[in-house]
Amino acid sequence: MNRPIRGVAVTAMAIFAALMINLSYLYVGQQNYLNDRPENRRVADARFAQDRGPIMVGNTPIAKSEPVKDRYKFQRSYTSGELYAQVTGFYSYLYRTSGLEASYSSQLSGVDDSQFLSRLLDSAAGSTKRGATLETTLDAKAQKAAWNGLNGRKGAVVAIDYSTGAIKALVSFPSYDPNDLATHDLTASTKAWTRLNADADKPLANRATREIYPPGSTFKLVTTAAALDAGMSPDTLIDASAYKLPGSTRVISENCGGTKITLTHALEVSCNPAFARLGVKLGEEALRTQAQKFGFGTKFLDEIGSAASRFPEEIDQAQTAMSAIGEFDVAASPLQMALVAASIANDGVVMDPYVVDRVLDSDLRVTSQSRPQQQSVAMSPENAAALRQMMISVVQHGTGFRAQIPGVTVGGKTGTAHSDNVRRPYAWFTAWAGNPKVAVCVFIQDAEIPTTDIAGGRLAAPIAKSVIEALQ
Amino acid sequence: MSEVVGYRRRRGVEAFMLIFAIALGLGGYVLIHLNRDAELPAQWPWAVAALAGIGLVLHLVIRWRLPYADPLILPLVMLLNGLGLAMIHRLDLGTDPVMHSAELQLMWLVIAAGICCLLIIFLRDYRVLHRYTYTMFLAGLVLLMLPLLPGLGLEKNGARIWIHLGTYSFQPAELAKLVLSIAFASYLVDKREVLAMAGGRVLGIDLPRPRDLGPILVMWMVSLAVLIFQKDLGTSLLFFGLFVMMLYVATEKPSWPILGTFLFALGAYLGYLFFGHVQVRVSSWLDPFSNYDQNYQVINAQFGIAFGGAFGTGWGLGRPNLTPLAKTDFIAAAIGEELGVAGLLAVMLLYGLIVARGLRASLVARDPFGKLLAAGLAFVFAIQVFAILGGVTRLLPLTGLTTPFMSQGGSSLIANWVTVGLLLIVTHQVRRPAAEQAVEPQQWLEAETTQMIPVGVAGRQSAAPSFPPAADASLVKTPSSPDEGGDEPTEVVQLPGGRP
Repeated sequence: MNRPIRGVAVTAMAIFAALMINLSYLYVGQQNYLNDRPENRRVADARFAQDRGPIMVGNTPIAKSEPVKDRYKFQRSYTSGELYAQVTGFYSYLYRTSGLEASYSSQLSGVDDSQFLSRLLDSAAGSTKRGATLETTLDAKAQKAAWNGLNGRKGAVVAIDYSTGAIKALVSFPSYDPNDLATHDLTASTKAWTRLNADADKPLANRATREIYPPGSTFKLVTTAAALDAGMSPDTLIDASAYKLPGSTRVISENCGGTKITLTHALEVSCNPAFARLGVKLGEEALRTQAQKFGFGTKFLDEIGSAASRFPEEIDQAQTAMSAIGEFDVAASPLQMALVAASIANDGVVMDPYVVDRVLDSDLRVTSQSRPQQQSVAMSPENAAALRQMMISVVQHGTGFRAQIPGVTVGGKTGTAHSDNVRRPYAWFTAWAGNPKVAVCVFIQDAEIPTTDIAGGRLAAPIAKSVIEALQ
Repeated sequence: MSEVVGYRRRRGVEAFMLIFAIALGLGGYVLIHLNRDAELPAQWPWAVAALAGIGLVLHLVIRWRLPYADPLILPLVMLLNGLGLAMIHRLDLGTDPVMHSAELQLMWLVIAAGICCLLIIFLRDYRVLHRYTYTMFLAGLVLLMLPLLPGLGLEKNGARIWIHLGTYSFQPAELAKLVLSIAFASYLVDKREVLAMAGGRVLGIDLPRPRDLGPILVMWMVSLAVLIFQKDLGTSLLFFGLFVMMLYVATEKPSWPILGTFLFALGAYLGYLFFGHVQVRVSSWLDPFSNYDQNYQVINAQFGIAFGGAFGTGWGLGRPNLTPLAKTDFIAAAIGEELGVAGLLAVMLLYGLIVARGLRASLVARDPFGKLLAAGLAFVFAIQVFAILGGVTRLLPLTGLTTPFMSQGGSSLIANWVTVGLLLIVTHQVRRPAAEQAVEPQQWLEAETTQMIPVGVAGRQSAAPSFPPAADASLVKTPSSPDEGGDEPTEVVQLPGGRP
């Protein structure tokens, strides 16, 4: 009987060899695949339980992790959550992350995601390292001025240091409290998420960078820039009489103070027939090229995400005329319109906007420092200087007078967009100041006023003024 | 092997390894608390006392009744029990509120070890079991089919291999594998010559005679019934594999395992074709992520092992509670998570060593019944470990069998400790020097097997040295020499056809 027993022994050995080889394969061949599966709670929990570094505005943390006695060990908390929500984003267990929490996740947790598991084992051995600190470019006073200026109205404010591209203020209202989503009470987190998504006012939307709206008359800055580029000057007389749209029965008429007015005066009073006619004369191609030079079609601010602003393709003359005054299918984010003012103030150079200034490791050594970068050249320095003068006139003598600040050179342009009759018009004001070197765009989505061009000046300009003053 | 005719008792070695094994289990228990709360568990003196007490009693009983028993088996089993208890305790702590199943399991361990002691004290010679062939056979089949009875059977995780009596539930297969191992061994000892007769030859393989196919076909249908109605591949594989393997050992005809493998593959394939639940099991084995919710358990076991990596998260530092049934079916996944792939490989090795010791006893056993019994117990143990660990690590479709000595559950513990008791008894008989065997001949043996009578004679002949000289050519030639124990005794032992 011993020969078959030896056969059985060999079989048993093969069985155990198969078990052990299979287990080794599970480790060698499948570990990464299994750890990367989205369903894997162990990995998700361990990732969530990291001690993340703070996000700073000035010397104040606006997001920080505090040790707590539960499974996830650290609770992420946001001071002035609503005020900064569009920048910080949220760090939640169920709904992942957004904003800087998402784009700087590996730095904040102190490790690249690819090395996450190996570091997890280190931490079991007791060598935990804290995550990095993010220093933002935001200015707390400007941010609060913008928030208070909106005063509960739907809209957004973006302020940029035009010499560098550093974002000084970025506010969107209504906002949300990231603490509601970051809470370890997952039931409460789910409730908050459901409520925020069901809210008709869309508090999760980032109106400052990720939504685009018809820019209305503020787009006339782009049309003017194109006109200057085509060889016109601020004093060139243009036809401001009633304008019948080509191939259409619609007539744009408005008293702009004469039938022949200077380009400067047309901008001061935001003369629609003059700019509509000018747009057709320049042609859609010139307008589109000029818009693209200002940044239309480009996505900025990867850290928090943005929508590309749009100038429509393949349009007829009537549509070109409407586009030239910021109506029809033109759409821009408040960030984009701030960039238009910023590049005019910066001798025609568009600086790439950024919101994270420095990243410091846990020992407070600088691991990365943002350097101002030129995005594009929108205008020649001469034309930019000319357009600056025209914008100053708008504030001195025109629709933007509410943005006047004693002792500070301010140039701006108002806008009111009313592309359809159902919704209320959008109120815009985009401006720059000589000192501080800042460009501000204010957008009010829900201007409770009749559809007159004054709206941008009346509602939005004072907010821009207070933001500029906050930065003084 | 044939040169070694006498074994040393090795009880000191056993005691030393037993201390080491118990220390490893207790070390796990202490580490869990140090890792989780940074302090010693409040009850640690009790835990030390309990495990050390069980080890001491077992050791003393073996020293007294089975001095020649294999010294490795008890330490291996105690080590597995210690690791299992520590892991169950760790899983207790992972729930809120904290559970106390480890204490209950410790109580079951005391009972199981006690039954093992009683078995060793009162049975001592396994050959008694040869008397009850058909009773055992019937009892085994009834036990195996018990879960199919309406009202008694209980379906858990898609497999109907449990029965419940009041609040208590257990797997009758655990007991059945023991009873059927004994039944098969005695049946085959009686019938092996008939079954070994050749029928026709196909493709160079001697086929059995058609009239002898009855028993294998009965077992085939029983295991098919288990597969189809109890929905458990592991249990089905367990009994059919056991029977076919013992048939092979008894008859020495390779045609039996070939035929058996073919029949089992055919049955499994037919089951796959015609039964939806078999297809579900196969799909959750081959592609678990195709249905995350349905295969939540096996996927989470994979996640746990992957999370633990090579060396594990450490005792008490992983998340094994995320896997449902971590204390029973999936305790191996919990070990893999916290002790790592290395730890689980070590556990597999421990099981492999137990199987190896059993097969070794089978090789050196002197009588066919002992050979078959030891081989059967060892092999059925190997298949069980293969089925459950293979299921957890996704080598095989998942089965509901328990992980011997580690899974929570009293019936499994008792059945496996009885198996250990039987193995210890067999190894004692096998390793005992022939001279000592002759000192206490037992009356009934003479009636049972004729080869035992010359054993006594041969033993007396060489009684002066306690180990008969193996080089003695005349003894080796003697057909019934006990020295031949390790070397093909079946070829020289003449069996008159089993029992009178």
